[in-house]
Formats: sequence, C-alpha cells, structure tokens
Amino acid sequence: MATLLSPPRHYLNDGYGIKSWLLTRDHKRIALLYLASVTVFFFIGGAMAVLIRLELATPVGDLVSDETYNKLFTMHGVAMIFFFLIPAIPSVLGNFLIPIMIGAKDLAFPRLNLLSWYIYVVGGLFSLYAMIAGGVDTGWTFYTPFSTVSSTTQVVPTALGIFVVGFSGILTGLNFIVTIHRMRAPGMTWFRLPLFVWSSYATSLINVLGTPVVAITILLVAAERVLHFGFFDPSVGGDPVLFQHLFWFYSHPAVYIMILPAMGVISELVAAGCRKPVFGYTFVAFASLAIAVLGFLVWGHHMFVAGESVYSAMIFSVLSFLVAIPSAVKVFNWTATMYKGSVSWETPMLYAYGFIGLFTIGGLTGLFLAAIAVDVHVTDTYFIVAHFHYIMVGGTIMGYLGGLHYWWPKISGRLYHEGLAKIAAWIIFIGFNLTFFPQFVVGYLGMPRRYHAYPPEFQVLNVLSSAGASILGVGYLLPMAYLIWSLRYGRIAGSNPWGAVGLEWTTTSPPPTENFAQTPVVTWDAYEYPAPVETHVA
Amino acid sequence: MLPDAVEHHHPALAHQFDSLEQQKEAATLGMWIFLVTEVLFFGGLFLTYTTYRHLYPDAFAAASHELIVWAGTINTAVLITSSLTMALAVHAAQTGNRRLLVLFLIVTMILGTVFLGIKAFEYYSEWEERHVPGLNYAFDPRYYRHAQIFFSLYFLMTGLHALHMIIGLGIMAVMLRWSIRGTITPEYFTPIEISGLYWHFVDIVWIFLFPLLYLIGRHAHV
Repeated sequence: MATLLSPPRHYLNDGYGIKSWLLTRDHKRIALLYLASVTVFFFIGGAMAVLIRLELATPVGDLVSDETYNKLFTMHGVAMIFFFLIPAIPSVLGNFLIPIMIGAKDLAFPRLNLLSWYIYVVGGLFSLYAMIAGGVDTGWTFYTPFSTVSSTTQVVPTALGIFVVGFSGILTGLNFIVTIHRMRAPGMTWFRLPLFVWSSYATSLINVLGTPVVAITILLVAAERVLHFGFFDPSVGGDPVLFQHLFWFYSHPAVYIMILPAMGVISELVAAGCRKPVFGYTFVAFASLAIAVLGFLVWGHHMFVAGESVYSAMIFSVLSFLVAIPSAVKVFNWTATMYKGSVSWETPMLYAYGFIGLFTIGGLTGLFLAAIAVDVHVTDTYFIVAHFHYIMVGGTIMGYLGGLHYWWPKISGRLYHEGLAKIAAWIIFIGFNLTFFPQFVVGYLGMPRRYHAYPPEFQVLNVLSSAGASILGVGYLLPMAYLIWSLRYGRIAGSNPWGAVGLEWTTTSPPPTENFAQTPVVTWDAYEYPAPVETHVA
Repeated sequence: MLPDAVEHHHPALAHQFDSLEQQKEAATLGMWIFLVTEVLFFGGLFLTYTTYRHLYPDAFAAASHELIVWAGTINTAVLITSSLTMALAVHAAQTGNRRLLVLFLIVTMILGTVFLGIKAFEYYSEWEERHVPGLNYAFDPRYYRHAQIFFSLYFLMTGLHALHMIIGLGIMAVMLRWSIRGTITPEYFTPIEISGLYWHFVDIVWIFLFPLLYLIGRHAHV
C-alpha cells in the first residue's frame, strides 16, 4: 500500500541546480519547463487583452491610436494561440501524464522532448523580439497581400517565431504518437487507455499533419515579403485566396489542437468527479479521432466571403455541420456519466461543469456560423470573436485549469487551498460570461471586430464586457498565487488524494524519476470505479 | 537505478525502453512519422506550384524551357544511384560487413556531393541568365510576372530540397563515424536504417521535382 510519507527520492529532488533542469530529459521536468514558459505567454497575451478592453470601454479611440490597437489585437492573438493555447495542455499536462498513464518510464524520445522545449523558447524569443521592436499589425491570420506588401511592421520576425514554434508542436506530436504506440505497459491495450491519452493521440495527428503546411505557408509569406516573389500579390498574378486556403488548412484544425486535449482532460475529471466509468468509452475515444479527421475537411468555412465558389462553400458548410456530431457525442456522454453518479463539487469538477456549459454554447454558435447565410451576416463581427472565445477560453482554458488543479497534487505533491480554488473557479466562470456573452449580442447587432472605436449605442455592452474582463483577470491571477503558495505551505497530498483510479494515482506524489518502482501490469479497464451501491461518504 | 536492468543490457539501449527491439520499432515509427510531416511540408509547395501552373501554363512552359535539362537529368541519375548505394549500405550493416558498410556510405556521400555541385552550377548559370527573382531577374516581357512565380517556386523547391540534401550529408557523416568506430553492429543498426529512410525520401522528392520543373510542358509551346 502507498506510504503516507513522501518517498526519499522523487523527480523534483533528483538533482538540484539550474543545469539539472535545463539539461533534463525527464518528461515531468520538461512539463514544468513548459508550464513556466506558457504561463509567461499567457500573461503577455493577457496584458494585451487588458489594454484592448480598456480601449473599448469608451466609443472613441482615446487610449491608444488605431495603429497601436491593431498591434495589440494581433499580438494578443499570436501570443495566446501559438504560444499558449496550442502548446499548453499537450506540452504541460500531456508531457507529464502520458508516460505515467500508459505505464512507461518516459516518452519514446526524451532528448527530442527537451529539444522541443528549446525550439519553443527560440520561437518565443523571435516573437518577443518582434513585439519589442515595434510589434506587428496584420492580425494573427497574416492575410496577404496586406502582410506581404502593405504592412510596415515586424511581420518577418513574428512569422519566423511562428514557423519555429511550429516544429516544437510537430516534434511533441511525433513523440506522443510513437510513445502511445510503442511504450504501453504490459496489459495496457488501446481500449484500456485513459481518454486523455486518446484525445492527445488525436491532437498529435493534427499537429503532425497540419503544422508543416502552415510552416511552409509562413515561409512563403516571409520569402515574398523580403524578395517580392508575388505568390500572393494579385498585382503581379499571385492569388491571395491561395494563402487563405493554405493558412486555414492548418489553422482550422489548430482549433481542434486546442480543444481536443481539453476534452480529454474533461473526460478524466468527470470520471473521477462522479466515481463512474465514462459513459460510452469507445464512442468518446472515436469521437476524438472523428474530430481530428473532420477538422481537416472544413477549412473553407473561413472563406465564405473571400470569393470561394458557391459550390465549395456549400460543401464546406455541410462538412462543418458534421463536426457537431462527434462534439455532441462527447457532451452527451459526459452528461450521461454524471447521471446517477456521486457528483463532486470540488474545484476540478467546477471547471468541468464550466467547460461543458461554455463549450456547448461555443459549439452551437459554431453551427450558426457554418450556415452560410448567417455567416455572411456576422462575418468579421464580434459574434465571431465571442464564438471562438467560448471555445478557446471557455473550453480550452477551463480544461487546462481544471486539469492543472486535478493533477496539481500529483505534480507538486501538495494540496492547494480548496476554498480559494473554488472561489477562483466561480470568479473565472462569472467573469468569462460577463466578458464574452455581451459580445455575441453586440456582434449580432453589427459591431465589427478589429476597430478601436465604435458607435456610441454599443457602449453599454462593451462596458459590460470590459467589466467582465477585469473580473476574469482577477480570476486568473488567483490560481497563480495559491498554487505557488501551496508548493511551500500546502498539505502533503499523498499518492491518491481524489481516490481516483488510473495509473498516475498508483505511484507516489510527486512520482519518482522513473515513474514507477516496477513496470505496472494492467489487468483492468480505464475508470473501473466500484459500482455505486454505497453512498459516498462526504 | 532500476532493478529490472538484469536482462541483456546492450550499451545502445536507452533507459526508457525495455528491449532493443522496442527501441528499434519506436525509432522506425518516429522516422516514418517525420517523413509524413515532410510530405505535408513540401505538399504546400506542390499545391502552390499546381495552382499557378494551372493558371499560367504558357508562362510556366516558357520558364521551364530555360532550365538546364541535361543537368537535371544527370542529377536524377546521380540521386537514384545514391539511393542504391544507401540500400546496399543498410544491407551491409545488417550482415555485419563493416568494410562494405563504410565503402557504401562514402560512395553515397560522394554522389550526394556531386548532386549538390551540379545544382550549384545550375544556380550559377541561372544567376548569369538573370533568372533569380527578387535579386537578379529579367524575362521575356510577355511572361515576365508569371515566369517570376515559376522561378520563385523553382528556387524555393530545389533550395529546400538541397537543404535536405546537406542535412542528409551531415547525417551520413555521423553514420560513417559510428560505422568506423564499430557502434553499428548486426544487433544494432537502427541508425543506418532510419538514415536510409530519410535519404530515400529526399531522393523521392527530387523524383517529383524533376518532371514538374524541368520536363512538363517542354514541347507544348516554345
């Protein structure tokens, strides 16, 4: 049986000093390196968001100039999407958990894993340089020919940053796929894998297949900008819509790179929070793969107003509707899991409830946008902004924070302050909805995105949104504070504080460097909770 | 550290694996997945090429006509031969023939260098002919702009391919060193095998580049 005392050796005290971290090949330490770096970018992107919401508190553009505003929303998007949302869950939670969940000692390629982090840092430095050297104003989408001909800002360093960081994602995805195929412990069959592993696998497939395309696209943009090749410049025979095709071929699937890992986290949280196996395990597992596959077939719905032929628009519209099916399968199955479960109200579950509600709203408004007629009406309005923030902030960040809380005792060996954590979860939920729900309304009423000034009749809704953003900001700072506090003052967690099943809870907290004292032999299915006959003692 | 290291512990066996076989399977799968990412990477360029060739067939034919076909043909032969010697090197590693392994690796590297030399000669001639967009470019005014797209793609595609060749030569240099030092044995020749996969892949990219850039449309208009 697990001992109550911390083991004498674990991954955190196995070597001290800066070198033992910067040259580590331990997937758990690399996960913590990523945790630190994605947090930096989260707060950089967040600072831009604060300035954006401050500017939009009044209808006139008075706080920053229009040019500065363009740079703010561009760099907010670049920092958040490429340096936080895409890497966050795979690189932090995936890195830490996948080898432990499948009973392996490490990822298949530990050195490559460390290299991925260094590539992330180099890409991040390029982007930081671009921000400091004057910023970039093209929007995170880099639409041509504006980005290649007209813009006078730091397009090339930003583009190079994204090019470089893409390889970090590609190599991490490659590492995960090989690890899940080849490193599973004896008895850990595919259909015994935790659903987080399934969704990480699906995410990795997208990363490996999609990211190279955006890499070459960005290279084309940079080459064109420096040497004026004219690939995407209509004045010399280039086709700007070709850029959009190439860009969205990756960047739409990238949305699923962001949301799929969060869905995996939610499956784990719901099972542990309800003391029940996830309802329809195989359906949830295959829904992840279905989302990954369908995700590659819908990019054209970003170009309904970009001169796409009406027939391709119709086909892309129908295919986009299809994505709703596997997404709904997941939501229904989580709900069915809760039904008659011993439902917990601890912090991770609060985030899971938040995720399910907010993702549903984000997903359903996605159906509005897949309908061509509605999309033409709301294209480039705040309705779009609200929709994708419901998916990315309401979905991905909720999943990330829920997962971070759920596995924090495993990562750190300590318990955080449950009361504070619950308050933070509520503040985030309320702040989030106050920020982004008014944007659905104001967007439907016709307020365009990406302007620093707007007609005065939109002010009430914008003030609500800005007020919500300040609440949300407080909500995000709180976990930062109490999680760090718990590292020193938190109670010792023990190996399984939630009473959850799963290989990660069978090893000590924090786990030893080699994860398990002995390679586990798996003879049970995922989420084998005892049948809910007795009432759970509260 | 671990007590389960009692089994046969080969010096090349990394700590995270249980057996050399598992390690080899992982490395091979990893290389195949990497090559898939490479297909997608070059795929973006092939798509761009296809789009503009479809839009501007005349300009593409005229520009294609300016390339040095005999140099491209020789290079195709050189690369295919290097793939043969690479395959023979893998076989020599498998059968433990260190002398042949070293020989075939050296021949592969020489052929790769010959390819790059001929490519450099082509680039030099194209510079002389003023066919380098952005730096030194002039062309028949009828096709000036659209031929510029062709040449831009030509330099990007063959340039990226050449970069892959240079990286391949670096990998081969390491393989050569390991083969001479005796790290490569019939029990452990995975590095040679997956380096071979990479080399063949770079070769295959050229097999697509050559007809697309040098041959298609040559007899159509000009």
